[in-house]
Amino acid sequence: MTGPIPSGDSSQPTAPDSGMSRRSFLRTSVAFASGVAAVAAGLAPLRKLGDYCSVDEFIQKHYQELTPEEMTRVLARIEREVERQYGIRPHVRDYKPMNGVEYVYALNLTRCVGCRRCVYACVAENNQSRNPEIQYIRVLKMPNGTFDLEKGDHNYQPAAVPEKGFFYMPVQCHHCKNPPCVKVCPVKATWQEPDGITVIDYNWCIGCRYCEAACPYWARRFNFTEPSIPADEINPNMSYLGNRPRHKGVMEKCHFCIQRTRAGRYPACLEVCPTGSRKFGNILDPDSEVSYILKNKRVYVLKEELLTLPRFFYYFDI
Amino acid sequence: MIRATKNYLTFLWRCGRIAFVGGWHYYAWMGFLSILCLLGLHAYARQLAGGLVITGMCDQVSWGVYIANFTFIVGVAAAAVMVVVPVYVYRNKDLHDLVIFGELLAVAAIIMCLAFVTVDLGRPERFWHLIPGLGRFNFPRSMLSWDVIVLNIYLLLNVHICGYILYCRYQGKNPANWFYIPFVFVGIVWAVSIHTVTAFLFVGLGGRHFWNDAIIGPRFIASAFAAGPSIIILALQIIRRFSTYRIPDRALLVLRSIVQIAMLVNLFLLANELFNEFYTENLSVASARYLFFGLHGHHALVPWIWTALALDAVATVLFVLPLSRTIRWLDVACLCAIFGIWIEKGMGLVVPGFVPTPLGEMVEYTPTLNETLICLGVWSLGFLCYTIFLRMSIPILQGTLSKANEGAV
Repeated sequence: MTGPIPSGDSSQPTAPDSGMSRRSFLRTSVAFASGVAAVAAGLAPLRKLGDYCSVDEFIQKHYQELTPEEMTRVLARIEREVERQYGIRPHVRDYKPMNGVEYVYALNLTRCVGCRRCVYACVAENNQSRNPEIQYIRVLKMPNGTFDLEKGDHNYQPAAVPEKGFFYMPVQCHHCKNPPCVKVCPVKATWQEPDGITVIDYNWCIGCRYCEAACPYWARRFNFTEPSIPADEINPNMSYLGNRPRHKGVMEKCHFCIQRTRAGRYPACLEVCPTGSRKFGNILDPDSEVSYILKNKRVYVLKEELLTLPRFFYYFDI
Repeated sequence: MIRATKNYLTFLWRCGRIAFVGGWHYYAWMGFLSILCLLGLHAYARQLAGGLVITGMCDQVSWGVYIANFTFIVGVAAAAVMVVVPVYVYRNKDLHDLVIFGELLAVAAIIMCLAFVTVDLGRPERFWHLIPGLGRFNFPRSMLSWDVIVLNIYLLLNVHICGYILYCRYQGKNPANWFYIPFVFVGIVWAVSIHTVTAFLFVGLGGRHFWNDAIIGPRFIASAFAAGPSIIILALQIIRRFSTYRIPDRALLVLRSIVQIAMLVNLFLLANELFNEFYTENLSVASARYLFFGLHGHHALVPWIWTALALDAVATVLFVLPLSRTIRWLDVACLCAIFGIWIEKGMGLVVPGFVPTPLGEMVEYTPTLNETLICLGVWSLGFLCYTIFLRMSIPILQGTLSKANEGAV
């Protein structure tokens, strides 16, 4: 690889300008050509980009500005993209929030045994990358007697759980009412929906990772490379703001299984939990399970002092 | 109108041409920088194709050397004001003819800043989402949107001031005060704002105790006003060495007295911060403990930060002693200050903010080779731009490139 050689015939400002001599023309041309060749050689790795980004994808508007017709076209395009990449025809929908619903999650710290089934159910449901592994839920093994997270173990691998002397604390997106991630995003690619779910428009995110730095719950994940998911493990029931496959360079995170919960089902992590530690429902409904828990149980809010006002609560069975 | 446009285009054409003309020193230096730029471009192309996985960053430490260098260089850009203030506010004669070199440095520095932010993006092709009107700009809530605005306006301010003054010199006219003096004074305030806003990027994150601290802003300004003029002191000597432009030692010594104060203030603020962190010793000291002493068996940054502190201390002592009135010792002091501050507020500020993570996990960060090459590329781009700016402006200031001799070349 060579650098472009600066051209020009003479540094003498007094030389008369009698048109370019043949020699200097040749020299300039050679310098120019070698410069272009060097830049081209430098950019060679871009050949591996493949179908990085179509024109339609590039000029696509923000989710909140798409008309229903445009949305239909976008969903059809995403279905085609998924089919091309994974060989599976998915069903991508844009589920809207329900009126009079605000979701809240409650997790029973007395019952959770730390089996991590929620983690893997989430990965399967939400088409998270298997390699590199992306997981929305992180379970901490905490010694009894403290809530100092630095004392937690993220990588516990015992033969059987639960272990004596410890409790387990799964952490995922807290869907804060006062979300730092939404505040810092420079392009409004992440926002709070009317039903309390903080979502990301994967086609609008520029990948600056400021939200990841802002989140006090370490709930956000970045696609450092193109995700890989075995085709036979793809969940074909997808939603635009939810579990459709992401591409490299954008953020993702827990969205309360938007494709399930907005269709009246429970999140995957709740359904799989063998101990019934996970409760989910509508806080605006005074008869819901989560309303009962928040009224009658002892509740712990992680990092309550930050006033992020999470919609995710830990509670105890006493 | 057509005539004026034609005149201006001729001016630009001649400036562009002269950037490709010089002695063998010049060709060697520019060739060297071009090669480094190309290596960086190649590394960046690899990153675009493969994703940011090619860097040392991860979900735990999601910003690394790109943002670290960005933070440092914003300070360098802001520090141009330390040449502007003595000239335009205190009517300093020694620096009068040198002020433009400071402003040109600011232009090159902002170009580097924008490059460092761009290489950090996961989806750079979506930059248009940031353009007000076209995209959806989260202003005024997001501090990053503030940073985009203040950096670009600062770039425009300096390009305007330098461009206008140079074009007037080229034409042999006196610049009209009303057309640039107001911008100079706006620029002074703006310089402080770019670095304050950059500090607020970090300070505004309530979940990160290490950054969520009012002293970060003042420390940024103090360290910038030490490192920036130090770079200008060295740059002026290089200009003096490789051109016939007259730069008196007195001018360098004016800058020295600025750095002297800034270094002392910087150390004082650092001491405040250390006291605040370590005397009370609560749980939020974890990141500072990791940085200075290591935490839970992880020590990656400890040698770096102590090197930085040692360099800062040596620089401060040298700047305070009369010894640094001799240019050789002044250069040593400047180099110590530049490297010390580069470590202290680059890696020493950005990385420990992520360690431990908000969930208490310990993951360390080391930049990869590819990442380092990209940084080298951006630094070379900055040097390349600054060299070209000097190559254009010095002959204009000396009168050897002017409207009068237009037909001669």
